[in-house]
Amino acid sequence: MTQMALVIDLNVCVGCHACVTSCKEWNTSGWAGPLTDHRPYDKDPTGTFFNRVQTFEVGEFPRTETVHFPKSCLHCEEPPCVPVCPTGASYKREDNGVVLVDYDKCIGCKYCSWACPYGMRELDEYQKVMKKCTLCIDRIANDTLPEAERKPACVLACPTSARLFGDVHDPDSEVSMAIREQGGYQLMPEWGTKPANHYLPRRKTRIQIFEDELERADNPLRKEAPLPAAEGETLDDVSF
Amino acid sequence: MHPAFSVIFLTTLIGVGQGLFLALVTGQVYSLANLLQPQDSVHFYAMGAALSLAFLLAGLLASFFHLGHPERAWRSAAKWRTSWLSREVIVLPLLMLLIALYAAVHYFGLTQSLFVIQGVISVDASLILGILGAIAAFALYFCTAMIYASIKFIEEWHSPLTLINFTLFGLASGFMLAAAFSAWTGVDLVGFFGTWAVIFTFAAGVSRGMSLRRNRHLVHKSSLQTAIGIRHNRIEQKSQGFMGGSFNTREFFHGASEAGVRLVFGFFLLAVFVLPVLLLGASYWLASPYLPVAAFVIQYLGLMAERWYFFAEAKHPQNLYYQSMA
Repeated sequence: MTQMALVIDLNVCVGCHACVTSCKEWNTSGWAGPLTDHRPYDKDPTGTFFNRVQTFEVGEFPRTETVHFPKSCLHCEEPPCVPVCPTGASYKREDNGVVLVDYDKCIGCKYCSWACPYGMRELDEYQKVMKKCTLCIDRIANDTLPEAERKPACVLACPTSARLFGDVHDPDSEVSMAIREQGGYQLMPEWGTKPANHYLPRRKTRIQIFEDELERADNPLRKEAPLPAAEGETLDDVSF
Repeated sequence: MHPAFSVIFLTTLIGVGQGLFLALVTGQVYSLANLLQPQDSVHFYAMGAALSLAFLLAGLLASFFHLGHPERAWRSAAKWRTSWLSREVIVLPLLMLLIALYAAVHYFGLTQSLFVIQGVISVDASLILGILGAIAAFALYFCTAMIYASIKFIEEWHSPLTLINFTLFGLASGFMLAAAFSAWTGVDLVGFFGTWAVIFTFAAGVSRGMSLRRNRHLVHKSSLQTAIGIRHNRIEQKSQGFMGGSFNTREFFHGASEAGVRLVFGFFLLAVFVLPVLLLGASYWLASPYLPVAAFVIQYLGLMAERWYFFAEAKHPQNLYYQSMA
């Protein structure tokens, strides 16, 4: 089985919202569009988006860290939003595991949005149907596009490559290796929804340097102390 | 959660309709066992069933206002294998059909005995339809409540108490309406239905009290730590990704002030559990046809407030992502 998903590296994301605008641009003008807006150039603009970037501050000043957190449908392997749909408009694709909404069947009852613990679904206030991230199904399943472009718009737009895309069921894929080797985790694992999307945690890069690595004990340029000849041979005195 | 008036009207109105029908069937079964005087088919049972049907119709009508595409509502019967909403959509018209047939059988006097069980119980078409309708009415309480109780991460709702509350509130208001209907039409069943209404109101008070207590001490499974997967005791949201709100901030927050919520809470406690019982009690002595009607109306208003509070007290875990803006 194939389960396409995103892996988002929180260590790399700089919160530039390029994925948000690229997603909106592609999807409002494509198969899943339009993603309508209300008061887009006025006070309190609001509208439908598939992808948002939120920002959190972790810790207490001065020891704080800013975490930018891109948030879109996680394409759960046990999607709680799908079985509750009374019409079958909400479904999970068999071939690649993407969770989609059939806009022609959706009655706009909003029950699926209640059944998503992550709040990843948004009702389009004008079209009155439920909308959500399609993982750019019209790109990734489009054989006429060159292989390199068969990726979601957000992934192609990310300037820091914080977003990886691939099959999380293939153990040798880039995403599976990233999850395995860099501590990839799922959101709200307590609900058993098995989100396919994973996040890579923030990682501190620290170098460990010991004193004697900086300063060779028998450095002839050392002036502060007499040469430690009395201490016997060092490794450098041994000739091979 | 944001309390939608369409859903408040739907759940309270059909609850009354089901309860009234169950009250009529209860009355019929009692009179069959010679515990009550048999009532007039046309004026009591047929009219009562029509009244119950009117409430169910009004509820159904209200539900359409909840939909973005009401013209596609017929599609919602498709996924009855998995969705409680779909099951409700099937059981509600089924119950309405049974009640309509029940009303028709009484209205046209088709109540000749079909067969007799053990030489005592005379079974006619209305009794069969009444029993089938009663089963459907209970099934509908179950379906309606399961729509809410089946969502495991809305923990305030995910409890058997939700099922018990919906059923008992429906029964209480339905029997209250039966008492009001009896009083209004001059039928001598006000005491019978009124007593049951008070019993159900009291039982609903106990079970709602238990769920309120449960929700007050509820420790939510999800936290901001599990929501974004960062282990730190102090995480503060600085941006939600927008300034002007979104579906997430409109649908999942009730938006009322704390004082407003407390006001609704106090009103529903008084209007559902206290005032109707006092009014019914007074009607025993005063024998006024207005008091049971007033009791029903006040309890119904109280139930609307109760349903509003039911939504407002539910905290969806998605709200963790929409806590603050810098």
